[in-house]
Amino acid sequence: MARSIGFNLLQVLFVVALAPLVSGVLSRLKEIVQSRRGPSIFQPYRDLRKLFSKDEVVSEQASWIFRFTPYLVFVAPIFVTTLIPVLTSYPLFFAFMGDMLGGGFVLALGGFFATLAAVDTANPYGPMGASRTRMVGFLAEPVFMIVFFTVSFIAGSTIPYIVQQHWVTLSEFFAPSHVLLVIAFVMLILAEAGRIPVDNPTGHFELAMIDESKSLEYSGTGMALMKWGGQMKLLVLMCILLNVLVTPWGLAAGKDVMGVILAAPLVLFKISLFILVLVVIESSLAKLRLFRVSEFLGAAFVTSVVAMITGLLRF
Amino acid sequence: MANFAPVLASLNGLAAGAFLMSAFGLLATRQMQGCLRFYKLQSLTVIASIVLIAIGMHVPDLLAVALLDFAIKPLLIPWLLRRYVREEIFRRREIDQVLNIPGSLLVALVLTLIAYFLAGLLPPASDAMGNINVPIGLAGLLLGAFTLAVRREAVPQLIGIFGIENGSLFAGIAIAPRLPLVAEMAFPFDMLIVALVIGILTRITHERVGTTEVGALRSLREEAAK
Repeated sequence: MARSIGFNLLQVLFVVALAPLVSGVLSRLKEIVQSRRGPSIFQPYRDLRKLFSKDEVVSEQASWIFRFTPYLVFVAPIFVTTLIPVLTSYPLFFAFMGDMLGGGFVLALGGFFATLAAVDTANPYGPMGASRTRMVGFLAEPVFMIVFFTVSFIAGSTIPYIVQQHWVTLSEFFAPSHVLLVIAFVMLILAEAGRIPVDNPTGHFELAMIDESKSLEYSGTGMALMKWGGQMKLLVLMCILLNVLVTPWGLAAGKDVMGVILAAPLVLFKISLFILVLVVIESSLAKLRLFRVSEFLGAAFVTSVVAMITGLLRF
Repeated sequence: MANFAPVLASLNGLAAGAFLMSAFGLLATRQMQGCLRFYKLQSLTVIASIVLIAIGMHVPDLLAVALLDFAIKPLLIPWLLRRYVREEIFRRREIDQVLNIPGSLLVALVLTLIAYFLAGLLPPASDAMGNINVPIGLAGLLLGAFTLAVRREAVPQLIGIFGIENGSLFAGIAIAPRLPLVAEMAFPFDMLIVALVIGILTRITHERVGTTEVGALRSLREEAAK
């Protein structure tokens, strides 16, 4: 049991330590594809170090919510990490503390507080971005529900560790419900993490911001925690997609420490393949106008319902 | 072969999923070009399903049908349309619809569910492939009809008709894979003639009236006496 807890902590360490690297690689690769040089892949670490050493300025009007939010945004993905398979394919100590819906709720809690904090300071751009995020959020919600219900219906469980065992055989892997679920979930990740067809993560124009404007008022440590939390959220969503929904391969099956540590490069390899896909999507599409987002998520919803229907037809 | 069949069935299911997605695409794309592209994709999924059924049920005749369909649907029909319909119709970006896009997608979802329940009333097909093909094909048929009703422009409506045909073919090959080859060959040629006739009609309408928007064609215009 001690070893199981240890592996769980190792997974948390993996996510916390490598989340900035993943977003650094993502932005570097995107710059290279667009024939620019781009910053080093370690730039996010330098940014975080710089922000942690800076003073924090908090508005006098801000309430406790504003101060509390960065910690929550930072901690929420860590909680989810204990519930999902990051490095091992068998359930670890905390695996049965919550299922995928529970993980979704924890992530949503972070998002909810980020919204509150954006409204809290009465900066005009904060509430605007916050309400847009909510708009994207409530359009994404039905897709989330259908995806998770279909997954749990087909795999017979909502615990991520058990779900991922289901797609191992080739005929299950090519099952239409599986492939369509993965497509719908990729579209969800794009919307939830504020990637390009929905939101421009590198944009600095306040009027066009969706996700970024929520952290406009933060500085110093608070900003660092918000950034790091956002990077971890992206990595956690990728892990759910890759380790639970797409490919259960490459995870450690044995209980020895070296095996689990050696699973890390394999998982990183899978993540870098997905980053490549993400870069292609982001470089080939333009950002949608705000009111077209509903069509994008409508398409995701249709995809997930088609997945559900073809899943039902198999029985 | 024994453990090969489930993979074939799930690949066929994948074709079914892509078929349904492209039926939704036909309904929801704004560009005519995109509409035509979705039609090509849908035809390719139908052909993929025909090939998979031909292998899975050991009906070599179907391979000839697949080949014929491949020559006509994704290649010849788009070429004909591009040739006979005026270029400016394809260049136009936004097609207005009777319903807005999220609304029509929701209606389409309901239609898909109806197709699913209707197919449940039928006696079950003899094998796993039919169980997927019949409801999905039925859904494709209904979605094509809905596309026909919702679109206002002549070319997407024509593509809606093609969607109906694709849907019935998708369901039909699973119900009756051993239909005589002659009967199967008739359908693609029918489609070719439909495309030709409607294409020419559209072109003439566009020349005489100046628009092919069905919603705008309300008043009678008489020809000047020659």
